[in-house]
Amino acid sequence: MSAGGSIRSVALAVSWRTLHNVFTTPSLLFPSLVFPLFFFTAFAGGLSRISEVPGFDFPPGYTAFQFVFVLLQSAAFGGVFTGFGIARDFESGFTRRLMLSAPRRSGILLGYAIAALVRWLATASVLTAVAFLAQMQVGGGGVDLFGLFGLALLVNIAGTLWAAGVAMRLRTMQAGPVMQFPTFLTLFFAPVYVPLDLLQGWIHGVASVNPATALLETGRSFIAGSPSGVALAFAVVLGLGAAFSVWAVRGLRKAEAAG
Amino acid sequence: MSSGLGTQVAELGRRSVVRTMRQPANIFFPFVFPFALLAVNAGGLERATELPGFPTDSFLAFALAVPFMQGALFATMNAGTDLARDIQSGFLNRLALTPMRGTALVAGQLAGVIALGLAQAIVYLTVGLLIGVDLASGLPGALVLLLLATVIAAGFGALGAFLALRTGSGESVQGLFPLLFVFLFLSSMNMPRNLIEIDWFKTVATINPVSYLIEAIRSLIITGWDARALALGFGLSLTLGAIALVAAGLSLKGRLTRT
Repeated sequence: MSAGGSIRSVALAVSWRTLHNVFTTPSLLFPSLVFPLFFFTAFAGGLSRISEVPGFDFPPGYTAFQFVFVLLQSAAFGGVFTGFGIARDFESGFTRRLMLSAPRRSGILLGYAIAALVRWLATASVLTAVAFLAQMQVGGGGVDLFGLFGLALLVNIAGTLWAAGVAMRLRTMQAGPVMQFPTFLTLFFAPVYVPLDLLQGWIHGVASVNPATALLETGRSFIAGSPSGVALAFAVVLGLGAAFSVWAVRGLRKAEAAG
Repeated sequence: MSSGLGTQVAELGRRSVVRTMRQPANIFFPFVFPFALLAVNAGGLERATELPGFPTDSFLAFALAVPFMQGALFATMNAGTDLARDIQSGFLNRLALTPMRGTALVAGQLAGVIALGLAQAIVYLTVGLLIGVDLASGLPGALVLLLLATVIAAGFGALGAFLALRTGSGESVQGLFPLLFVFLFLSSMNMPRNLIEIDWFKTVATINPVSYLIEAIRSLIITGWDARALALGFGLSLTLGAIALVAAGLSLKGRLTRT
């Protein structure tokens, strides 16, 4: 079998197994579906008066403003949840057996990434359906929405590679907070509740240099139908993806070396 | 040789406290995560204080009540997970062979939760004062606040003990964590109930007991002495604790009978 064929067969086997586990185990599926929904509900429902703060100007409304944040958050955390699965596979000894049998081990990483993507697509579909049921207004057209979902998809891949790198280095479920906490802080130290211009004090300084801010602002500009900062946002997410690819592959090598 | 109930509670309480303190995750997250969320919310939502009718001009003071509730939720998880581990490891079965009383087991377990709950509350309050929050109820209010936070932590700790005795599984207890967080997010944690715009959200926040626990703590910080808010806060947390203790006692009987 060719090298490409080996990688594909390993990737498909790993992704099928991971997806089968996730979609047949409610305790694994439920949190990744429900968490984004309740963040969306709590933020868009409980904080809608924020749109009346002087200087807040987002024509599609607060529901759409928060939808973009929750969509990107679900994408990043979809990757983190897959990282939990990788750590669990190490703890159970499955990954070690897999490494013995896989002709091309990079296929393992690819398989987990494919599974994370499919899993997130399910979450994003439910979230989007709920947002439209909640009468979310969208200013942008199909191309803009394609841009928004494309951006989120790349965030998901970057999140998976980050979490996979951690899981393959630490190889224990106790690594969960190490995957989760930096992701949480990066996302929440961005303009989550109000636009960047309305943030005050230290959080304005932090949000101004936080790469997640570019993603959020561009995502919101897509849904408003007036795309801006597109090149920067895609450069940021592709850069993160490239850096985390190196991080994840080196993690895989460390896991191989650990035996 | 048998010993009195007090000795039994003290021994199990000491074990619970030591076990809690020996697990870094049990210490780190209850202390760090609430502050991270407080920083994010206080920074991002400061402009909400400009909404007409907002009860204070400092969102930090408004939001300081939330870490106390989050600490209580962590208490639920810690108490539940530790007790579930005792069940899964067979410790409870071995204990059943001794003259140890069931009430001592639950009370001892709660001692660790109460110790951690009080330590958390002292830290939250101290940090709040250090970062510039003025306590409207003064020093006596600070003491009442610590007492209320401890009672709330004990109430939620009893709930965690009940969940553990009912399910006998640490994973099941952990799986209920998101559900408890839903109660927190669908409350008045980020916005006073009278300023919540979406009707169904306002209704949910109004029937959600967590709103009243937060509002009792918040009243001591931003209002001063509000007898109604305090009565509701103490009343609900004591009621929760009493119901959870009775339910835990019944579950313990059943579990000891089965084993």
